[in-house]
Amino acid sequence: MERTLKKYFPVFVLPTLIAFTIAFFVPFILGIVLSFTRFTTVTDAKWVGLENYIKVFSNNDFLQALWFTVGFALVSILTINVFAFLLALLLTRGIKGTNLFRTVFFMPNLIGGIVLGYIWSLMINGVLAKWGVTITYKAEYGFWGLVILMNWQLIGYMMIIYIAGIQSVPDTLIEAAKIDGATPSRILRSITIPMVMPSITICMFLTVSNSFKLFDQNLALTAGAPSNKTTMLALDIFNTFYGRVGWEGVGQAKAVIFFVLVALISLPQLMMTRNKEVEH
Amino acid sequence: MKKRMISKISRGCLFVLCTILSLVFMYPIGIVLMNSFKGKLYISDAPFQMITAENFVGLSNYEVGISRTGFLQAFGFSLFITVFSVIVIVVFTSMTAWYITRVSTKFCQILYYVFVFSMIVPFQMVMFTMTKTANFIHLDNPVGIIFIYLGFGAGLSVFMFSGFVKSVPIDVEEASVIDGCNPFQTFFYTVMPMLKPILITVAILNTMWIWNDYLLPYLVIGTDYKTIPIAIQYLKGGYGSIDMGAMMAMLVLAIIPIIAFYLSCQKYIIKGVAAGAVKG
Repeated sequence: MERTLKKYFPVFVLPTLIAFTIAFFVPFILGIVLSFTRFTTVTDAKWVGLENYIKVFSNNDFLQALWFTVGFALVSILTINVFAFLLALLLTRGIKGTNLFRTVFFMPNLIGGIVLGYIWSLMINGVLAKWGVTITYKAEYGFWGLVILMNWQLIGYMMIIYIAGIQSVPDTLIEAAKIDGATPSRILRSITIPMVMPSITICMFLTVSNSFKLFDQNLALTAGAPSNKTTMLALDIFNTFYGRVGWEGVGQAKAVIFFVLVALISLPQLMMTRNKEVEH
Repeated sequence: MKKRMISKISRGCLFVLCTILSLVFMYPIGIVLMNSFKGKLYISDAPFQMITAENFVGLSNYEVGISRTGFLQAFGFSLFITVFSVIVIVVFTSMTAWYITRVSTKFCQILYYVFVFSMIVPFQMVMFTMTKTANFIHLDNPVGIIFIYLGFGAGLSVFMFSGFVKSVPIDVEEASVIDGCNPFQTFFYTVMPMLKPILITVAILNTMWIWNDYLLPYLVIGTDYKTIPIAIQYLKGGYGSIDMGAMMAMLVLAIIPIIAFYLSCQKYIIKGVAAGAVKG
């Protein structure tokens, strides 16, 4: 079969391959090359070596965006995973209406980032109106606004993964512990949590990579205000490309650094999910 | 007996707790819905105020919003781009995945790893160069972007299909070859029906991504053919002057299709989105 199938390469592989080459492969290679050049339209690129990379770090914007993003990611990991895990525990107790609750908690995850941003800008500005300010008044407001938004969006998603993890813990194990006189909190600590550790790791990575790549929500909620203090990495790269003529090369250098950071986070996650597939 | 009573009471408490949490989760959407019927001056400062005879404006926010953003057109473009991109992605990447799994040449193996690699590359990395490439070969229209989506979405889709194809027994395919099917017929009559579960998952993941995508269509097509997220962001305008009434109405209209889609096939959506956890 393999021999005849080989002749069908143009039908089976070529369309995807051409699209992939145009939309991903060429832009990716070009992106790496261009990060070492100065250019405005791609065709006028001049080699400048590491100049762009030096500029990235001699300017405060990128580092500020990096620390803001890292801080945001840390707070998000903690809050999202704790809340999601608690919800998953609640919804695996066999209470009435579990399916309905699951549906409700998961729903915000499907709403697009731009829409989410404006929903929460209404909510947060409404609360802050009591003090006569808006979310763009202080960087802290923007930070916590983004954290709340991200929690609302991702808790339901992580909850689904945790529920699957908790449900895969064998009942016999829990029964045995009960017979041995273990308290519910002891069962949670010594059986449930160790058994769902793989889900916890996956959710951690998912929250970090989602936090790092956040763009739409950031744009719609604060757009970086006040004075770029709430700009995250992805938005900072966008602003460098399209907001400053002559800085395209620096933008591309930032993009390469961003790619390396995201790859370092996503790679272990990908390996883990692949290993899990092999087991089954 | 007493123990059963206690467990019944505690379940009741948990039920009440879940109900309260669900209401909290749905609260922002309820607030947006309510404000979409209020006059624009009554929204920003007092979003939590109930509708009264004084601030009620009927459907006028919807009328203003729809005409100002060209919402109906945006809905049409979003629908067109999403439906056709998803069909194209599902058909072509499943064919590619089957081919590169069944044909065991070095080239196919390398291709597989390049596809997997593309999954960990964030959009910002190729944002600028891809936009330039797309403009250069005139893919900057609602039809051309389908091709871009095929290329950029190929990584995840090929990866997911390949994982599934490995678990499909090869005997069935060989049988259909013996019966005189060419690879094309074998694929569409025997393989594709067996791929149905993963096909639904891939279709849902790509639907959620493309429907909500803001940056890629904004950069590639611009504002000539607005999709829904672009139309909403467009409402914000230049100097922070937003017609909050129109904004609320547009948010409601943007959420309705998502909720309808979700409720009509939520079982598949929850499963599909959870399976997409491989991508960061």
